[in-house]
Amino acid sequence: MPVHTPISSPPLATPLRHPRRGKQQTMPWSFQSTNLSLDSKFFTGLTGLATTLILALLAVMLGNIFFHGLPGLSWRFITTGTGPDTDMFEVGKAGVLPMIVGTAARVILMTIFVIPVGVITAIYLTEYANATSLLTRIIRGAVNNLAGVPSIVFGLFGLGFFINFVGGSMDALFRPGAAESLWGKPAILWASLTLAVMTLPVVIVATEESLRAIPPGLREASLALGATKLETILRIVLPQALPGILTGGILAVSRAAGEVAPILFTGAAYSMATLPEHLTDQFMDLGYHVFILSTQSPNIEKTRPILYATVLVLLLLTFTLNIVAILVRARMRRKMRLLH
Amino acid sequence: MKTDRRSIGWNGLKRGHHARPAEWLAEKAIFLISLSAIIMVFLIFLFVAREALPVVLGKTDSSLNQRTISPDQLGQMSKVEIMEYLELKPKEFARLDQEALKELMQVKKEAAAEAPPDKDARLNTTTWRNMVKPHQWTGYDQPEYIWQPVSQIHKYNLVPLIIGSLKTTLIALLFSVPLALGAAIYVSQLANPKTKEWLKPAIEMLAGVPSVVLGFFALLVMATVLQNILGTASRLNAVVAGLALSLAVIPLVFSIAEDALTSVPRTYTQAALALGSSRWQAAWKIVLPAAIPGVFAAVVLGFGRAIGETMVVLLASGNASIVSWNLFDSTRTMTASIAAELAETVFGGTHYRILFLIGASLFLVTFLSNMVADVIIHRLKARLEGKA
Repeated sequence: MPVHTPISSPPLATPLRHPRRGKQQTMPWSFQSTNLSLDSKFFTGLTGLATTLILALLAVMLGNIFFHGLPGLSWRFITTGTGPDTDMFEVGKAGVLPMIVGTAARVILMTIFVIPVGVITAIYLTEYANATSLLTRIIRGAVNNLAGVPSIVFGLFGLGFFINFVGGSMDALFRPGAAESLWGKPAILWASLTLAVMTLPVVIVATEESLRAIPPGLREASLALGATKLETILRIVLPQALPGILTGGILAVSRAAGEVAPILFTGAAYSMATLPEHLTDQFMDLGYHVFILSTQSPNIEKTRPILYATVLVLLLLTFTLNIVAILVRARMRRKMRLLH
Repeated sequence: MKTDRRSIGWNGLKRGHHARPAEWLAEKAIFLISLSAIIMVFLIFLFVAREALPVVLGKTDSSLNQRTISPDQLGQMSKVEIMEYLELKPKEFARLDQEALKELMQVKKEAAAEAPPDKDARLNTTTWRNMVKPHQWTGYDQPEYIWQPVSQIHKYNLVPLIIGSLKTTLIALLFSVPLALGAAIYVSQLANPKTKEWLKPAIEMLAGVPSVVLGFFALLVMATVLQNILGTASRLNAVVAGLALSLAVIPLVFSIAEDALTSVPRTYTQAALALGSSRWQAAWKIVLPAAIPGVFAAVVLGFGRAIGETMVVLLASGNASIVSWNLFDSTRTMTASIAAELAETVFGGTHYRILFLIGASLFLVTFLSNMVADVIIHRLKARLEGKA
């Protein structure tokens, strides 16, 4: 039975109370302070200041690195290695070619592992999964969780799982009785796999976003023409989502390129005379080299130019990738807005 | 022959997985692969915890006056037993012949005989009691917490590392949360749309700076600047590390808080503005309270990021394992200990296992904070979308 509120009791007879504090409040339409616009301006300025401070910190850091790094950066620096005859701490002779090659090789390998798994997971989550089911919630929770696992724990995982367990088992299977272990030791393969696990959430989230942006009408049109669900996904949905997948891949590469903690125990080498040639070789790495130069240098003042130049190379690499990803994503969003 | 009735459809046409077996298989494969994220989280915990298990169960013993085996008994021992006894890696074991092994056993026996006869040497430092409670070491005035895994008597007290991690994390949060939150309010509520368009990616650029670069910058530049201003005794300390860490935390807290604030329906703001409030009042009194769970989730995730960050603290914190709440002392964190020490440990040794134990507990801490944040954000989104 509907309850009728008697008209005799006016709704505003009781004073308005603040929902949480229970303190009596003045009516919102009665201006309580005359300098309202003043403190509004003050706080807007304060938050604006916080924004500016963050950007200033970023600018100071980048400025410092560019200012000190550019003089040391030269064509020779990025195209020579630190062979057996050159010292990696010698200004004017040391180069970073092996580190660039090592970093590039490990991220390319990682992409091969992470893109298929990430894209397929995103396809399941957007095209097949029941959005409200418990399993979907758990998968999403796991993806978010994976994104928050500390990078050093990934390093431990790579050592405990890939090197000791997988590599150790492969040695026992394929090379029983061999004195030297081939697989059960740090290698570029294990470093890439560890990084692939780490960057899986990046690829999943980016791909999912691009899949969701595709208008459902496209799918329905394809299904109405007699295509099966899988055909629709492969021929209609995926080609449309390609820029998003690309963005995810680039973001994953940029994230992985700068990570050092996961590869400390899984493959990075302090110094190597040759470039990695086999999946089981170790490799030199840009980020790890920055760490070595900052901590192991015999004379930090003297080797500063190399250190700054190496940092600059690493930053240019990750920033270029990031900016490309932002541009691709912005283009994609504009296009999708037109489609909708 | 009996056929499954469900697979026969109208007019006897095949349905379901009988019609397109390849597609059916492909879809099953898609489902299985999509479980990989769950499997990976599970494997990470399993394999990190597996290496730490003997310590957790109290099966390790680091006391120096251990049972020794006479070198003559070498022939009766299995390969695994010998490796365990002599703490050898498989690679090292393969390089040694019988004579060398005997020699090593003799050395070990002599070392055991020479171990200091005091009570410290007999102590098993890997028990829970010795890992979390202070111990009265010979030569010290009072019971102390000491992390000294490479001294003659390995001291594995975790308290200095935990305090170090908490100190740097706290400073990072104190500095980054107000900044990131202010910026999030500004960008999502107050800035005009044109500024917002470039402001957001500009702040998120900070997330693209590798943590080793942040650490390098803290080590070379920030440490010197701060020492000149504050005149601290140790150049590298918890404050330098915390400030550098906050640069890693800011973009994370910013983007999650900004996302939560933006997901508050525009009608809230419009209603507030229509009632005569200023933009700031609408943002502070209407939008922020509605999005406060999201802001809390952002702080929780920021905590997880700060406590798990490795390269920044490894480079900038000074790495001395001192128990002190003084923020300007050199500090060693849990993550930095793993990164700095694991390469030098004996495979399967007590030190190795304790570092994995630290890793497993880090995993648990971040796992919990992620779960909490995930649930909060999910509820917030559901509530806001329900109301919108």
